[in-house]
Amino acid sequence: MSTASHGEYYIPEPSKWPIVGTAALTTSVIGAVNTIHAGEMSLLLPVGLLLIAYLFFGWFGSVIDESMAGKYSAQVDKSFRLGMMWFIFSEVMFFAAFFGALFYARVLSVPWLGGAGNNAATHEFLWPAFEAVWPLLTNPDNTKIAAPGEAMGAMGLPAINTAILLTSSVTLTWAHHALRAGNRLHLNLGLGITVLLGCLFLVFQVEEYIHAYSELGLTMSSGIYGSTFFLLTGFHGFHVTMGTTMLLVILIRCLKGHFTADKHFGFEGVAWYWHFVDVVWLGLYIFVYWL
Amino acid sequence: MNAVVEEHHDHDHKPTGIGRWLFSTNHKDIGSMYLWFAFTMFFIGGALALLIRAELFQPGMQIVEPEFFNQLTTLHGLIMVFGVIMPAFVGLANWQLPMMIGAPDMALPRMNNWSFWLLPGAFGLLLASLVMSLMGLGSAPNFGWTFYAPLSTTYGPDSTDYFIFSVHLMGISSVMGAINVIATIMNLRAPGMTYMKMPIFVWTWFITAYLLIAVMPVLAGVVTMMLTDRNFGTSFFDAAGGGDPVMFQHVFWFFGHPEVYIMILPAFGIISSIVPTFSRKPLFGYSSMVYATASIAFLSFIVWAHHMFTTGMPVAGELFFMYSTMLIAIPTGVKVFNWISTMWRGALTFETPMLFAIAFIFLFTMGGFTGLMLCIAPADFQYHDTYFVVAHFHYVLVTGAAFSIMAAVYFWLPKWTGNMYDEKLGKLHFWLTCISANVLFFPMHFIGLAGMPRRIPDYALQFAEFNQIASVGAFVFGFSQLIFLYVVIKCVRGGEKATDKVWEGAHGLEFDLPSPAPFHSYTTPPVVK
Repeated sequence: MSTASHGEYYIPEPSKWPIVGTAALTTSVIGAVNTIHAGEMSLLLPVGLLLIAYLFFGWFGSVIDESMAGKYSAQVDKSFRLGMMWFIFSEVMFFAAFFGALFYARVLSVPWLGGAGNNAATHEFLWPAFEAVWPLLTNPDNTKIAAPGEAMGAMGLPAINTAILLTSSVTLTWAHHALRAGNRLHLNLGLGITVLLGCLFLVFQVEEYIHAYSELGLTMSSGIYGSTFFLLTGFHGFHVTMGTTMLLVILIRCLKGHFTADKHFGFEGVAWYWHFVDVVWLGLYIFVYWL
Repeated sequence: MNAVVEEHHDHDHKPTGIGRWLFSTNHKDIGSMYLWFAFTMFFIGGALALLIRAELFQPGMQIVEPEFFNQLTTLHGLIMVFGVIMPAFVGLANWQLPMMIGAPDMALPRMNNWSFWLLPGAFGLLLASLVMSLMGLGSAPNFGWTFYAPLSTTYGPDSTDYFIFSVHLMGISSVMGAINVIATIMNLRAPGMTYMKMPIFVWTWFITAYLLIAVMPVLAGVVTMMLTDRNFGTSFFDAAGGGDPVMFQHVFWFFGHPEVYIMILPAFGIISSIVPTFSRKPLFGYSSMVYATASIAFLSFIVWAHHMFTTGMPVAGELFFMYSTMLIAIPTGVKVFNWISTMWRGALTFETPMLFAIAFIFLFTMGGFTGLMLCIAPADFQYHDTYFVVAHFHYVLVTGAAFSIMAAVYFWLPKWTGNMYDEKLGKLHFWLTCISANVLFFPMHFIGLAGMPRRIPDYALQFAEFNQIASVGAFVFGFSQLIFLYVVIKCVRGGEKATDKVWEGAHGLEFDLPSPAPFHSYTTPPVVK
């Protein structure tokens, strides 16, 4: 029996985690800026990141404990679902900003720099030699911002990574069905394979980045093509890292025997997140690599 | 286990000491912290505004350096938008939503507290840059609250990077707050309270929360692009690499326009709660109010480039954004006429909240009309970046949003504290505020139309008189707020006991609770018929 449970809705005890979270984030961001400005690691950054790790372990740990102690009613479960759902929507909008930047550059600003529409004068007076071709292999001002040597193709690693992520969504769904059918072996197997596929994706992405930087000359600072390429794929990669970590946590919980056939929001929340990451990748594959 | 038993006897058991605030999971305590935070920021942002008005009291350079003047306008705007109006509305939501829908608390109480505590972190970062600037150690952000590239990228001071992360923290705070509001409203309504029976303040916050979730991440995106443009060589906003400084404005205003509705929709909800109470009539056109709010929210996503008419958009773009902006007048008009119809033949009394509400209706409508003038693209070529724009958005944000917050505080303070506020002082505060706000902002229309540019510390001689009038208004307005502070403190400390219903014409679940409301609002859900 919880001390602060009033009526049927579970209201948690006063908790230190929000304050820890504030300290963690504030320390991390100050550390990040100091690191950027000084050009060498500021002590605050690792301290902040460790605090964030402590926060995740502590906060999620206490939520898992409360959940295992049966303190959460169906109504609380629904609050968590709503929270996760709208959190994912906010993530969608974060990616939308970068997709918006990509489309704006491809459809408007780059053609305008090339003289499209009524921008003949822009083209003539700024960079008359510039030709608007996507992906940009010559920047408007190549002396200031060196253009990439070559664009990233859609075949090869990116195509393999697409297959990997799509497969991982299938294996995750398999695990989910197994959980609902009470088949723990298939659950653990499916989840384990999903985690491995997530790691494999990341390995290939690192490979691809090395290829881009060392062989193609495609970097973050090689113009709008490199900027959109690396920020979109980079933030996606970061989300895959988060997702894989979350899947790993869920896998450990499954191995410990957590979750039942009808109560497993933790599993479902992570699964939603993973499918979201998958869908974002499809958008990336089509608009960044392919078209 | 003894503690358990004891607590069940005493539902009003409160944690004590500083831990009550640091570790809170209580919507009322968190709401109070939000409101006090906003109040504090209101005085800091206001002090910056008074410095601006002191400098502009007469032509020529008097008090501050132009470089510092830029920092003043920037921080004044950022503090008032992100540190005052938004947190104050979240504070009101925290206090009122659970009581209004018959819930024990917000749906996710720990996340609620995190949402709040991120704000002192974020504003600590931002204000630290101002303190450093005052000590002569570099410049605070100086590019205007809209932080346009390349002012904020190529030319931004070092503190810009702290500013960027400060915005990230505010964004995380807002998104978590909004998720909490949505989960609370969707999941914790009392049995029988269907969506179309929700109090209108709950509705307006519900829709505002969606706006927040949709656009705060876009703001996070645009500051991230700034960060990488500044430090990692990307060229999002640099035409030399194929980017475009104007793209900054598009992404920023895709956030920025819904943002201005984030700062006014809850105000509509407040006014829609107060006007019926003091007219002793139900709200006229409840469902049309709901649909109008939703329409405004939808339209807010397709009007952003009306802030950018002078950037050289294609004509088709100018026309689209002009007409879509004009459409907003329709749902807004529905609201204004509904409020007037609510008052029509009502048994009106004019307590302080009602005075603020009526002032809101009149003055916000004026701000709306100047908005219509500004949305006419060819006319905007003249008005753009003049004091006319400053007049416009101060009418909607000060005599609009800020007045609604003051109205709300007077309206619900007796419910929160159990004491009536000092009505005489409240009225004095209202009249001083209302008159001085107009003395302050009304002349700005004229000097703006006559061509005085905004954000410039000096001006041509012919603008002197109106600027002096505005500055006098500013100081009266600023110091009148000390009366407000005094009234609030006095009311928190004691005074004539408020009844449970507080106001004769009050309706709603929050007025069924005792005054002051118990620590956990509705421990068992009431049934709504």
